[in-house]
Amino acid sequence: MNVHAVRAIYLFEMARMWRTLLQSLASPVISTSLYFVVFGSAIGSRMMDIEGVSYGAFIIPGLIMLMLLNESISNASFGIYMPRFTGTIYEVMSAPVSPLEIVLGYVGAAATKSVILGLLILATARLFVDYEVLHPIWMLGFLVLTAVTFCLFGFIIGIWADGFEKLQIIPMMIVTPLAFLGGSFYSISMLPPVWQTITLFNPVVYLISGFRWSFYGVADVHIGISVTMTLVFLLVCVAVIAWIFRTGYRLKP
Amino acid sequence: MASIISVTGLSKTYESGFRALDGVDLAIRQGEIFALLGPNGAGKTTLISIVCGLVKASAGSVTVDGHDIVRDYRAARALIGLVPQELTSDMFETVWATVSLSRGLFGKPKAPAHIERVLRDLSLWDKRHEKIMALSGGMKRRVLIAKALAHEPRILFLDEPTAGVDVSLRRDMWAMVRRLRDSGVTIILTTHYIEEAEEMADRIGVINGGKIILVDDTQQLMSKLGSRQLSIHLSTPLPEIPSVLADASLTLSDGGHTLVYSFDTQREHTGVAELLRSLEREGIEFRDLHSSQSSLEDIFVDLVAPARETAQ
Repeated sequence: MNVHAVRAIYLFEMARMWRTLLQSLASPVISTSLYFVVFGSAIGSRMMDIEGVSYGAFIIPGLIMLMLLNESISNASFGIYMPRFTGTIYEVMSAPVSPLEIVLGYVGAAATKSVILGLLILATARLFVDYEVLHPIWMLGFLVLTAVTFCLFGFIIGIWADGFEKLQIIPMMIVTPLAFLGGSFYSISMLPPVWQTITLFNPVVYLISGFRWSFYGVADVHIGISVTMTLVFLLVCVAVIAWIFRTGYRLKP
Repeated sequence: MASIISVTGLSKTYESGFRALDGVDLAIRQGEIFALLGPNGAGKTTLISIVCGLVKASAGSVTVDGHDIVRDYRAARALIGLVPQELTSDMFETVWATVSLSRGLFGKPKAPAHIERVLRDLSLWDKRHEKIMALSGGMKRRVLIAKALAHEPRILFLDEPTAGVDVSLRRDMWAMVRRLRDSGVTIILTTHYIEEAEEMADRIGVINGGKIILVDDTQQLMSKLGSRQLSIHLSTPLPEIPSVLADASLTLSDGGHTLVYSFDTQREHTGVAELLRSLEREGIEFRDLHSSQSSLEDIFVDLVAPARETAQ
């Protein structure tokens, strides 16, 4: 294990985050705050409690997930796309590092950012609504698991993308709709039966449901299923990355 | 001398179908400066890229100090530093950060003293806290060299190191390359500047169309293929070569002002003396004599041109 290389990549990427602190942390926090102001405080006060939880508190896990997914994908994809774009990737490819070490460095740094961001949003939410965290360990576990999984997904996009447009398109066209329709702002039990079934094909439902369970002990699907589905997606991403490095896809002609 | 890099039967066909390398065999000796010379698209960069792990070989194998570059890539790559042809750099990083990253990537613990030495050697020490985008092209080139040297490699690849670099900086780089060689580093450089290969290299390999055409000591190559030319500047121009002097190796140029005689230095009988006697006999007066050795450039053109013609 080339520990020095993992540390070098990780610290280099983290340094990039500190340098771009404003974009990295401030803007997601500000946009989430806007959601809390509008849906939590303003509209939320006129909405009924959902499964015994006030609406403002109910949307917190979903909102954090929404931000977490988008930021994980965009941070991780940008982190690996930039060296490909500028050409500095040559150095990583010519260094005595294994694919695992490259992924640990890049995805580790991106996931660290995402977790920090998630906790920051959680703290910000406190300013607008009261909430409790029933299972803090599970909550943290879900946060880390989701961050890692979607940073791996972002890493794949960063290698697949051959232009800045492609870098944006997956988060915008797929992840945001799935997150909105995955129960960020409602419980799927509020949907008509047909839509409840259709919704179960949306992988984000399992993330939000599990995460919400760690807060309030209420869930749309069983926590075990949530964890399993997230792990399945993680393994799919790992398999794709393994394939990328084995074939040299977009990295090694 | 022992080989530090052995290339055997190396071929590369890109997905587009372009065959960049075609059965290359090459042995680089420990501690030498080896120049890889060839026109654009000859396969120089592909060859380097395969050895450094940037490109997959289609066939053949490479060992670096006995380590196979695929099976034992860690050991092989740890020995190598690469200065790429393109000026690729992390624009927003400082010189110090990017050079330190390189050292870490190659598995070496932090060593600020070593990095300071490298930066001072390359006259970058004063710029260590500058962002790379604030540097000139020549400085960026030196940053890339500093990155390649950050992990104390035993083999250094320089892909067109002096392309777009001004004369004084080029001299500095040559001096640095010599210092590195003296400290035991094996250096492989590719270049368009034949002057550079001629002046720097211990051995030269000429590559064209993905094949190594020849490999030889620079001196040997020069004398083997080099011919001398004697230019005779005439006092009064001649309309044509007098028939008594008619000889295949004699040409008239510069509007009849100069007679150029080509001869082979390796031959015992060069014919220079006869020529001068003949001139005297014919009453042809001359102001000046000038003799020159054909440069590597001429040799190179001679080598590559026939291959081009057959290709077309």
